[in-house]
Amino acid sequence: MTQTLEPRAMGQDLVRRDGPAKVHGTAIYADETPVENPLYCRVVQSTIARGRVRSVDTTEASALDGVITVLTPGTAERLASTDDAELAVLQSDDVGFRGQIVAAVVAETFEIAREAANLVRVEYDAVDHDTRLSADRHDLYAPEKVNAGYPTDTDVGNMEDAMALAPVTLEQTYTTPMQHNNPMEPHATTALWDPARGDGSGPGLILWDSTQGVHPMRATVRGVLGLEADQVRVVCPFVGGGFGSKGTPHANVVMAAMAARAVPGRPVRLVLTRQQMFSLAGYRTPTIQRMQLAAERDGTLRGIAIDVVEQTSRIKEFAEQTGVPTRKMYAAANRRSTHRLAALDVPVPSWMRAPGECPGMFGPEVAMDELAHELDLDPVELRIRNEPELDPETGKPFSSRNLVACLREGAERFGWAGRDLTPRARLEDGWWVGTGVAASVYPTMRQAQSTAAVRFDGGRYIARIGAADLGTGAWTVLPQIAADALGVPVEDVDVLIGDTDFPVASVAGGSSGTATWGSALVEAAREFRDKFGRGAQDGDEVEAGVRPNPDAGSYTMSAYGAQFAEVCVHAYTGEVRVPRLYGVFAAGRILNPRLARSQLLGGMTMGLGMALHEQSVLDPRFGHVVNHDLAEYHVPANADVADLQAHWIDEHDPHVNAMGSKGVGEIGIVGTAAAIVNAAWHATGVRVRDLPVTLDRFLT
Amino acid sequence: MKPFAYQVPGDAVAAVRSVADRPDASFLAGGTNLVDHLRLGLIEPGLLVDVTSLTSDEITDHEGGLRIGAAVRNSDLAADRRVRERFPVLAESLLAGASGQLRNMATTGGNPLQRTRCVYFQDVSTPCNKREPGSGCSAIGGSTRNHAILGASEHCIATQPSDMGVALAALDAAVQVLGPGGERTIPFTELHRLPGETPERDTVLEHGELITAIDVPDLPIARRSRYRKVRDRASYAFALVSVAAALDVADGVVRDARIALGGVAHVPWRARRAEEALRGAPVSEQSYREAAEAELADARPQDGIDGGNGFKIPLVTGTLVATLRELAGEEA
Ligand SMILES: Cc1cc2nc3c(=O)[nH]c(=O)nc-3n(C[C@H](O)[C@H](O)[C@H](O)COP(=O)(O)OP(=O)(O)OC[C@H]3O[C@@H](n4cnc5c(N)ncnc54)[C@H](O)[C@@H]3O)c2cc1C
Ligand code: SF4
Repeated sequence: MTQTLEPRAMGQDLVRRDGPAKVHGTAIYADETPVENPLYCRVVQSTIARGRVRSVDTTEASALDGVITVLTPGTAERLASTDDAELAVLQSDDVGFRGQIVAAVVAETFEIAREAANLVRVEYDAVDHDTRLSADRHDLYAPEKVNAGYPTDTDVGNMEDAMALAPVTLEQTYTTPMQHNNPMEPHATTALWDPARGDGSGPGLILWDSTQGVHPMRATVRGVLGLEADQVRVVCPFVGGGFGSKGTPHANVVMAAMAARAVPGRPVRLVLTRQQMFSLAGYRTPTIQRMQLAAERDGTLRGIAIDVVEQTSRIKEFAEQTGVPTRKMYAAANRRSTHRLAALDVPVPSWMRAPGECPGMFGPEVAMDELAHELDLDPVELRIRNEPELDPETGKPFSSRNLVACLREGAERFGWAGRDLTPRARLEDGWWVGTGVAASVYPTMRQAQSTAAVRFDGGRYIARIGAADLGTGAWTVLPQIAADALGVPVEDVDVLIGDTDFPVASVAGGSSGTATWGSALVEAAREFRDKFGRGAQDGDEVEAGVRPNPDAGSYTMSAYGAQFAEVCVHAYTGEVRVPRLYGVFAAGRILNPRLARSQLLGGMTMGLGMALHEQSVLDPRFGHVVNHDLAEYHVPANADVADLQAHWIDEHDPHVNAMGSKGVGEIGIVGTAAAIVNAAWHATGVRVRDLPVTLDRFLT
Repeated sequence: MKPFAYQVPGDAVAAVRSVADRPDASFLAGGTNLVDHLRLGLIEPGLLVDVTSLTSDEITDHEGGLRIGAAVRNSDLAADRRVRERFPVLAESLLAGASGQLRNMATTGGNPLQRTRCVYFQDVSTPCNKREPGSGCSAIGGSTRNHAILGASEHCIATQPSDMGVALAALDAAVQVLGPGGERTIPFTELHRLPGETPERDTVLEHGELITAIDVPDLPIARRSRYRKVRDRASYAFALVSVAAALDVADGVVRDARIALGGVAHVPWRARRAEEALRGAPVSEQSYREAAEAELADARPQDGIDGGNGFKIPLVTGTLVATLRELAGEEA
């Protein structure tokens, strides 16, 4: 068991330390980095989805006043590594998807770069492309493993027998569409090759980049460019959202570095446009989820199975772990999960908020609702009846699992008791009204690597760690943790983040940032106290790294939640509204209620968008997403969000880490769409199994 | 984006001359549509003539109705007491459009002339007859959710996106135009044109013709009018379908009606068949449904990769019924 910290600063509702700078507009984002005499890079994208670039004519573009250079597959530098095809920018004539970078202009102004990019003439030899995902494709394949290292398939007991023998069975297919992360701040980089950072062989590279992790970014970029770690510095104090799309480096960063190397001594800015982000910055694969449930008449599950079909790009594999949450969620003796991929001529999919759990808790949680109806059972009760004692997959105990407590408290707050099980029973002021519930889950993780330095200086404790704040609150919560670990008031502590000049830190992803960086800070603080006691002198400093969790092998660790939705569907127009959406979560110790609440509310809002709005429409004739801007790719507007509440229960988990905390960044989006779909069914009697739930589903 | 010249001439006549003289010149008003198009590379004008200070920004009483200067901002028009009392449908249509910031910029002259939101029109990498005559229509067989069910052609199935335009079509408004050859008045319902074989032309305006004002005539029936907009989210989205309606009922019978539809055609669609069907009909849901049916008799839905737009037929019907019920004083 980990030695848990005494909470003093932790748990306090402290305001964001970076709040005033953001409100005043003085917080500096990647594209605004003050640099001298910058140039601007604009990429040219392929207009075919598969084939070869035959020729690139840069004559007109180069002739434009203010154009410094045009990079093409023929003229661009050769990269040290092209192992990652997504990052092998301009390294060959091959086109693997529509929207791939096929040239880039560097010019004196943004406007000139844009005009010149339009003047680059690219000719192609196109071959037939294929972007259609379906479950009956003949070329589906099983990846070696799925994202986060999970096994591709699992099979326990005999699901077929369970389906054949159980008194009640359900078999349905659910789908989620392609979705794009769409952070407010686009992917942006300011790149400069700096002789001062170089070794004997040439200058080093500074990247001011909007990223979820400066160190992981550096590790990748230096590999691609063939540099030593200390030749590359990545700086990122603030991020205007990432939602996973800035978790792994995309082609734009490599492009910026290449563009800057082509113009020695001058910094280059590269910002993707919103439209470009739809093909160059990752997205969530569409998923097809075939669910099977085998149950007793009392609702006890005998079997649960999910067979997932999803897509990846032909040039690089990403296998979303959509089937994974089903493996551990409910007790059932017979369980199967499979993942099959179609490798298509599409952009490279990647992480999007709660990869795996978010789409993977849609099918199962709607299926559970359908089963509850079949059994004439309250859907809350059905879930409680299938609550496992031990992790059904590993047989290990849970470090803590309070799904049932969340369901009960949520039901209480929502006013669930006495709910009529009958669908299409309430018509109020021209709207069909219904309610629905779904469960949330997200694994509690700690990354293997992160180091913090703690130094005493001028009466203050200054910690440094190359962590990232995507708007999540790391600037604020990390000092709370460090203060408690040092046993000093939080006002006396600064934690500096967002720079590879600070010790190595893991990516802000997998809701693991606070747990990992916080654990490193705790190690460093403890070592500091061991070494210097209470009488630290100016300049005293230690560095220490996160250690593996000794309990990791003995327990399954996850956060849980329950979401309750009220949905209205207009009787004449089918318009869907969500007047109430309540979430109750069990996520260990809540380190800062203000920050945690906005993470959970943000996740739930994004889940609402997934339920009702978000859908990237990929036109198979062209191979690109045609609704590639925020006017056509809808996310919730203010008016879509009404009574939205996030609550949590007091949960003490001595096994997760010294803070007793679980991640809160992603769990809010998990299960939301299912709760809303279930409520829409309860309102109307119409079961929507394909997201998003648009009004046309309710029109006859 | 190509460099272009920017000009503010001394008066409207000079502005008209400036634009008429150069095929690559355009009027610029609030810029909320035009500047997007510059950025997207859809148009490459050589000269922009700013007319926001050259036409009236006042709403004046005019022959029993109102004359709205072309430079009146959408937000000011929506807030005007006379508009809200006498033409609530117009105020509501404006408030249902865009966002507060955009409405502060957008003008009376520019709003009805905003161009289609067809995603292929707005993407220079895909063929589009409206943008590049003869290149083909990518929407047909593509994403058609926002496209027309009435009056489309095999060359273009785009919709006119203006909300305000739908209200003006229902209100029998008229457009005051100043051209190189002088002034003319165009009934609002004749301003926009169906795509036919020349979808590149949205309206009947000739190059260089400037909208100076829009007149809304005295129309007592409009005091009881509504704009109902149905879209894919609760706010800040273009209409899938919208209904502008005014209704006059007495003794359980419809005496008169004004109806226009948005989101269904290349023009704000004045629903004269529905109006005709309603006149003299009993006040009942049945009558409203029959009116919708009459109007939609020639509707031709499109298949599409996003499920097509066949849903607009029941949606128009449902939205019209709900709106008329509300106007007749029944529950929505
Ligand atoms: C994000 C977003 C959301 C929007 N949502 C909606 C919505 O929900 N509903 C809706 O109705 N609209 C919506 N709009 C569109 C908005 O209403 C229009 O862009 C605006 O009304 C155009 O007016 P403007 O004065 O800015 O025109 P401009 O952009 O300046 O001009 C538009 C066109 O009209 C021409 N023009 C302008 N004035 C005159 C004149 N006096 N005589 C002749 N030609 C002229 C210009 O040359 C140009 O071709 C939205 C726009 C955006 C950007
Ligand atoms: S519908 Fe009209 S605007 Fe859209 S692609 Fe076809 S021709 Fe162009």
